[in-house]
Amino acid sequence: MTGFVLRRLALALAVGIAVSMLSFALVRLTGDVATAIAGEGARDEDIQLVRQTYGLDRPILVQYLAWLGELLRGELGTSYFFKSPVSDLVLSKLPVTLILGLSSLLFALVIAVPLGVLAALRPDSAVDRLALGIAVTGQAMPNFFLALLLIMLFSITLRWLPVSGSGTWQHYVMPTVALGYYVAPAFMRLIRAGMIETLQSDFIRTARAKGLSRSRVILRHGLRNALTPVVALAVVQLGYLLGGSVVIETVFALDGLGYLAYQSITHKDLPVMQVVVLMLSVIYVLLTLFADVLNAYLDPRLRAAM
Amino acid sequence: MSALASSDGGAEPLPVLTPGSPGRPTSGARWWRHKSLVLGGGVLAVIVLLALFAPLLAPHDPYVQNLARRTIPPVWYDKGSWAHPLGTDALGRDYLSRTIYGARISLLIGVSVAVLSGLIGTVLGVAAGYFGGRVDLLVTFLITVRLALPVILVALAAVAVVGGSLPLVILVLGLLKWDRFVVVMRSATQSVRSLDYVQAARASGASTARIIWREVLPNVLPFLIVTATLEAASAILLEAALSFLGLGIQPPLPSWGLMISEAKPYMFFSFWLIAIPGACLATLILSINLLGDGLRDAISPDRRAAT
Repeated sequence: MTGFVLRRLALALAVGIAVSMLSFALVRLTGDVATAIAGEGARDEDIQLVRQTYGLDRPILVQYLAWLGELLRGELGTSYFFKSPVSDLVLSKLPVTLILGLSSLLFALVIAVPLGVLAALRPDSAVDRLALGIAVTGQAMPNFFLALLLIMLFSITLRWLPVSGSGTWQHYVMPTVALGYYVAPAFMRLIRAGMIETLQSDFIRTARAKGLSRSRVILRHGLRNALTPVVALAVVQLGYLLGGSVVIETVFALDGLGYLAYQSITHKDLPVMQVVVLMLSVIYVLLTLFADVLNAYLDPRLRAAM
Repeated sequence: MSALASSDGGAEPLPVLTPGSPGRPTSGARWWRHKSLVLGGGVLAVIVLLALFAPLLAPHDPYVQNLARRTIPPVWYDKGSWAHPLGTDALGRDYLSRTIYGARISLLIGVSVAVLSGLIGTVLGVAAGYFGGRVDLLVTFLITVRLALPVILVALAAVAVVGGSLPLVILVLGLLKWDRFVVVMRSATQSVRSLDYVQAARASGASTARIIWREVLPNVLPFLIVTATLEAASAILLEAALSFLGLGIQPPLPSWGLMISEAKPYMFFSFWLIAIPGACLATLILSINLLGDGLRDAISPDRRAAT
């Protein structure tokens, strides 16, 4: 187990370095940053001034190493647009996005687990059809379109929920649904397939033969085994939800990391943009590291495979 | 490695080549799958025909503005008229025509991104699966790095710095979305590599290039097609999201995502402006996904009951 964890840590570190290079290169390789900051119609002297002010005239490797050094010391630079330290900005927005990500994950699981289990118990029944229908239509709906439909119904017609902002728990209801429903089908399919497989295995037959009640067999023996891969998927999906929150946060003007990313992107605010991309990537790397170690702990067969 | 088990798209379980998945296909499941193939393929064919013959079918020029005829509701409203069956947008452009032309953009995005990312993913995946060892390690590392990047954010940032346009959106998405192709092609190649006819080809002295081209590729092609189908749907959704945020396709092109974005200020009074392109997007994605699911089950029958 220790060897596995160490190997996995080394991989995570290597991926982290690669990701930092990419998020640095992202904004440099795609165009002339100084011209972009100076804006359209800027004079050459202005562009030159921008280059010197932000150190954009140094060799790219020097710029990267300087940037990395500052990152490691916790100096994330100053936002061009908000004129405040990037670290303050990012840290103040992170909780909103974490709450949204976790509540979306919870929402997806609350839908997916019961439906997945019921569908597995009676394949081809009406419940199975319904679950499949929800999964298939759910994945076809663009999440920003669903968000607008929710606003239309709950904010404008029924006047139950606020359209935008992030002050109260009510502000999180629609974003949670709009973001969470998209990942629910993945869980549902995994739980359904896992339950069908588990319920056909020998130890379930033994448990039934022992005379245990049906519900006890299904929940204590069946679901427990089918949930093992779900734990790992949940961790990975949380990373996806955090990264994908940019669209939903922007629709609802929910003041989190995603909305900050959108604002920084539209204002060509490079320091913020880089840090948000890097931060979400690093969170994803850490989450997958955690998921793999957790998986190896839950299922010893996986340790040998790495 | 769990990082490989789920892409950022997140949703579809990967096709599994190994037989022995539990459960015999029941007749009901088989019927549903067959139905999903026919239904998905049928709806998609209609949308493709609409897109191909857009100039013949659209009643008006999708770009001509008429400020005297702004936000006319569709024909089923009291104030609607048959002159503009789906009404007009805030600039007085015929909405039916824009919607029909919008199908062209979505389909173009889906096909081009699937081809570009499929090309990258197939080269990497087949190389990793066939050669194994260090090549496999390197490719696995590349996927792990790629999966760590939040696709939509990176695409947004790239488009924002360079400026949005149709070719750029295709390029950016194509360069980002190869991960699932690699995962699928890698495992498909691994299982084909050790089969008898590949061994026989090797024993008879065929070159590596010839074995890959003549023996491996034809046999992993079905998996490539299924993956390309599902990835095309995902690319269309991403383009719609980018355009909705104003950082994808630029006006006056009639991208469905952009049309929803342009209609947002009018959603309180003219909700059809959002509902029509939104419903079109959902229908298109649904039909492609049904087709992809149906194809997947057609090529790997063992999975029919399991998913």
